[in-house]
Amino acid sequence: MPALEELDYYYSKIKNDASFKKELEALQKTYIGRPTPLYFASRLTERLGGAKVYLKREDLAHTGAHKINNAIGQSLLAKKMNKQRLIAETGAGQHGVATATGAALVGLECDIYMGSEDMQRQALNVFRMRLMGARVIEVSIGSKTLKDAINEALRDWTTNVRTTHYVLGTVFGPHPFPSMVRDFQSVIGKEAKKQIIGAEKRLPDFLIACVGGGSNAMGLFSEFINDNVRMIGVEAGGKGIETGLHAARFAGGSVGVFQGCKSYLLQDDDGNVLGTHSVSAGLDYASVGPEHAFFKDSGRIEYTYATDSEALEAFELLSKTEGIIPALESAHAIAETIKLAPKLPMDNIVIVNLSGRGDKDVQHVARIMGTEL
Amino acid sequence: MSKIEKTFKKLKQQGKKAFIPYIMAGDPDVEKTIENVRLLEECGADIIELGVPFSDPLADGPTIQRAAERALAAGVTLKKLIQLVSEIRTFSQVPIVLMTYYNPIFKYGDERFVTDAVQAGVDGIIVPDLPPDEAQKLIGASHSRNLDTIFLIAPTTTEKRLKTIVKASRGFVYYISITGITGSKLVLHETFKEHLALIRSLTAKPVAVGFGISTPDEAYTVSRLADGVIVGSAIVKKLHEKPEEAKGFILRLNEAIKGQ
Repeated sequence: MPALEELDYYYSKIKNDASFKKELEALQKTYIGRPTPLYFASRLTERLGGAKVYLKREDLAHTGAHKINNAIGQSLLAKKMNKQRLIAETGAGQHGVATATGAALVGLECDIYMGSEDMQRQALNVFRMRLMGARVIEVSIGSKTLKDAINEALRDWTTNVRTTHYVLGTVFGPHPFPSMVRDFQSVIGKEAKKQIIGAEKRLPDFLIACVGGGSNAMGLFSEFINDNVRMIGVEAGGKGIETGLHAARFAGGSVGVFQGCKSYLLQDDDGNVLGTHSVSAGLDYASVGPEHAFFKDSGRIEYTYATDSEALEAFELLSKTEGIIPALESAHAIAETIKLAPKLPMDNIVIVNLSGRGDKDVQHVARIMGTEL
Repeated sequence: MSKIEKTFKKLKQQGKKAFIPYIMAGDPDVEKTIENVRLLEECGADIIELGVPFSDPLADGPTIQRAAERALAAGVTLKKLIQLVSEIRTFSQVPIVLMTYYNPIFKYGDERFVTDAVQAGVDGIIVPDLPPDEAQKLIGASHSRNLDTIFLIAPTTTEKRLKTIVKASRGFVYYISITGITGSKLVLHETFKEHLALIRSLTAKPVAVGFGISTPDEAYTVSRLADGVIVGSAIVKKLHEKPEEAKGFILRLNEAIKGQ
């Protein structure tokens, strides 16, 4: 708690500080490469034969995913708080890479916790983190995935709280993380709003984003919450809800308290957290950001899921029609677009958050397809 | 006055400190847990802490994590554990404190949990991932049924929070000796004594110290300053790895704390 109070104090002080904002904006522009483009996917649109599909190209941000927006924000904050060391959890490796990048950029030590199963699935990202000077610590307890990496990172933070800042990678955990991470990610929605008005002179009809913890979705959605725009969050349906092998918290879970917040959770009748499954490591997580739970209950955001095989089809389709290989996480949002766009009139506009690029998944997908690399 | 408060009061009159061992309930099964409770009481335990196995024990180190995995594999749940306490009450009246993460209670229902726990004979609860600010409902339900709520203080806790925690605590206040998780190496921070003195100035409630205390020597050192000493991981480890040495070890811990 003292660490959270300290963080809350510094963050609320700094978030409106003009020099901090200026420093962050300069890095967003010159280091991350923002604004990322809003790309009209004409061939995908044509192929689906319905609404116009735009892609918010977070895959083109430095390190290849939206995760960098939050990691750079928190790294700067940690530096201002005089911390010497950053720690983070990572599932797909993208947040670990982003945090290792942030640590290298501002000159802090960095340790990344990663489940051993994820380390195998994302070997490339493990090496990337090490190249940037981070230590990758294998977590081989529990389900050996993201949930357990968060447990270990929290244990580390409890132990080394005086010197260390925990860069939580998503809109989850105890306050102030969910709102702080959303704020750092809201740059996605802010840009997208300006860009779509520039291109179409109006707001979109739909926003679609995948939801693991839910930071890329919240980053896009939060700027449109008060607008007349429908929003769809896409969870990981894994091998199907009925099989129990999934990470669809809204479709298959119930309210619980876990890792410092109250939200929907995949749990058994006794309150123990269940194992999850998804082809994409970044969505393979038992709970979901509490703000998503709030908007689920209020009905403001709709939630659905895509299965592993739907995501893999979307992965291939976007690669072939647009020459863009999406991250398997983002492929879940594309999968929903494939279902939705054909049903919509051609003058409707859909913005899909292409939260990351698929290079990290290429080996994994090749293995699934039975291709030797 | 609760059973736990009476225990501390009696010990204080005798000039003694409380020995509070922790074991994981259901590790490796329910029968063994009952045997272990008998053993602990026989060795001089004044209060027994029973861990409730949870899939994601955030405040615990590897020793207790593994013990929780074994207990979960044996099918032990919060519900079964409450039944287990009823069974213990047929042969022992030693004060029992459950240490459980919040989600199992949340799933059970705060009110229903308190009712069932009290009926079974549970005397107090420790919920390490529930800060008192968020626990009003559970505290209210507990205190109205005379169930003690024990909250944790960390070496980094500020004076303002100390007041909140001390106020919400009943039975005793749990001081975490280190910044870290259970079973870590004990390194008492230079401010330990000062911090303890600050707590004493804020409350007359007993203060028990835990986390990282693994030898009779360490238990002795801490017992000079605290009203009670909590030993968890070291006992869990001994019971699991070298059960034949457990009795001697637990007796030595008790002697060190009681100053015999």
